[in-house]
Amino acid sequence: MAQIFHPSANLVAKATIFGAAFIAAGALWIGDRVHRSPYITQAQVAREQPVPFSHKHHVKGIGLDCRYCHGSVEEGAFAGIPPTKTCMTCHSQLFTDAPMLEPVRESWRTNKSVEWVRVHDLPDFAYFNHSIHVAQGVGCSTCHGAVDEMPLVWREHSLNMDWCLACHREPERFIRPRESIFDMDWETPIAWSALDGDTRSILQAAGVESDPVLQADLGPALVEAYGIVTAQLENCSMCHR
Amino acid sequence: MRAFLLFLLLCVAPACRQDMHDQPKVEPFEASDFFADGRSARPQVEGTIARGELSLDEHLAAGRVDGELATTFPFEVTAEVMERGRGRYAIFCAPCHGSVGHGDGMIVQRGLRAPTSFHSERLRESPPGYFFDVITNGFGAMFDYADRITPRDRWAIVSFVRALQLSQNAELADAAPEARRVLEEEGS
Repeated sequence: MAQIFHPSANLVAKATIFGAAFIAAGALWIGDRVHRSPYITQAQVAREQPVPFSHKHHVKGIGLDCRYCHGSVEEGAFAGIPPTKTCMTCHSQLFTDAPMLEPVRESWRTNKSVEWVRVHDLPDFAYFNHSIHVAQGVGCSTCHGAVDEMPLVWREHSLNMDWCLACHREPERFIRPRESIFDMDWETPIAWSALDGDTRSILQAAGVESDPVLQADLGPALVEAYGIVTAQLENCSMCHR
Repeated sequence: MRAFLLFLLLCVAPACRQDMHDQPKVEPFEASDFFADGRSARPQVEGTIARGELSLDEHLAAGRVDGELATTFPFEVTAEVMERGRGRYAIFCAPCHGSVGHGDGMIVQRGLRAPTSFHSERLRESPPGYFFDVITNGFGAMFDYADRITPRDRWAIVSFVRALQLSQNAELADAAPEARRVLEEEGS
C-alpha cells in the first residue's frame, strides 16, 4: 500500500499542533472581550424608557439634588426610583400638555406604575446595600458616572465582579469626603479651600498639608478615619451571603 | 471528535443560564405576575400602621398641641438639627422657595406658581407648627412631603426656615462679633 501522506505532512502536523494553542488562546480572548463588551454588560448603552427622562435637564439644568427624587439612597439598602407623585409635584403644573409626559399623567390618573426600565441590576446572588456605600464615602459619580450629563441614563460601568473588587481592594483610590458625596463635579486633586471642616481635621490629624490635596493623601486618611476595614471588604461572604 | 465537540459545548452552555442571576425572589419594585396590578410592592392595607411608624406624639408627628398649631419645637433645636435642616431645605425646598426663601427658586422661574416669601409678614408671624403642617399636608400648589421627609427632618427644616427669616431681618448688632467685623469692613 502506498504512503497516504507525503513526508512534508509531518511539518504541517507540527505547525497545526503548535498553532492550536494560539487558536485556543485567541478564542478565549475573544470570548473574554465579548463578555466584557457593552453588548453583554450594557455599560455605556443608554436605555430606552417609557418617558425619555433627562437627568441632564433636571440635574444640570434645573439644579435638583439627587435626593429630591432618590430619597432612600442614604438610608435604604435599595436606592430606588421615585413614585409618580414625585414627578407630579412639579409636572401637575409644568408641561401639563406635553405628549412626552402622558405616561406619567396616565399613571397618576389610573394609579398604575410607570414601567421604568432598570439600569443598574446586580445578580441576585450578590448582596448589595446602597446606604453603606454612601455613608462610607463612595460618591454618586464614582459608580454612576456623570449622570448630570446623561440625557438618557446608561450604566457607566460593567458592574462585573472585578469592577466591584477594584474598589473593595483599594478603597483609598476612590473614596471621598462624606460631605461631597452628592457633588457631581468632585475630582481630586482638590483645593484645600474646597474641603469641609471635618475633612480638614481628618487630614491635619493624618499630617497631610499639601494643597491641592491628592487622592493618594486624601484616600488613606479617609479610609482610616471612616473605619473602613479593607481586609474585610475582600471577604467572599461580604457580598455572597 | 464528536464527543470532544459535545464536551466543549457543555463547558460553554452553563454560562447561558441566568437562573442564579435572576432568582424567583422579588427585588424591590420588580414586576410581578402574581398580583393583578403587576406590582410586587403592595400598597399599605387601609387602617394599618407600618412597623416603626406609630407615633403617639401629636406635637412631633402632627405639629399640633391640643389640636392647635404648635408654637414650640418638640425637641431641642441644636446646631446639629439646624445643619440637618439646612441640608434638607437645600434638597426639598430650595427648588421652589429659593435658597434664601424669597419664593424665587428655579422651578418657579420655570413657571410653577410662586410660593409666598418666608419673609412676608404673614409667614414671619406663623408659628413653627404651621410650617410643619404645610410640609406634612401640602398647601395650595405645593404637594405634601409627608412620605419624603421624616417628621424629625421636617422640624429641622422648620428650624432652618426660622433662621432664614431671622437672617433677612437682622440688625448689624445681631451678628456675632467676628462676622460683624467682616460686615463692617465690607460696608466701609
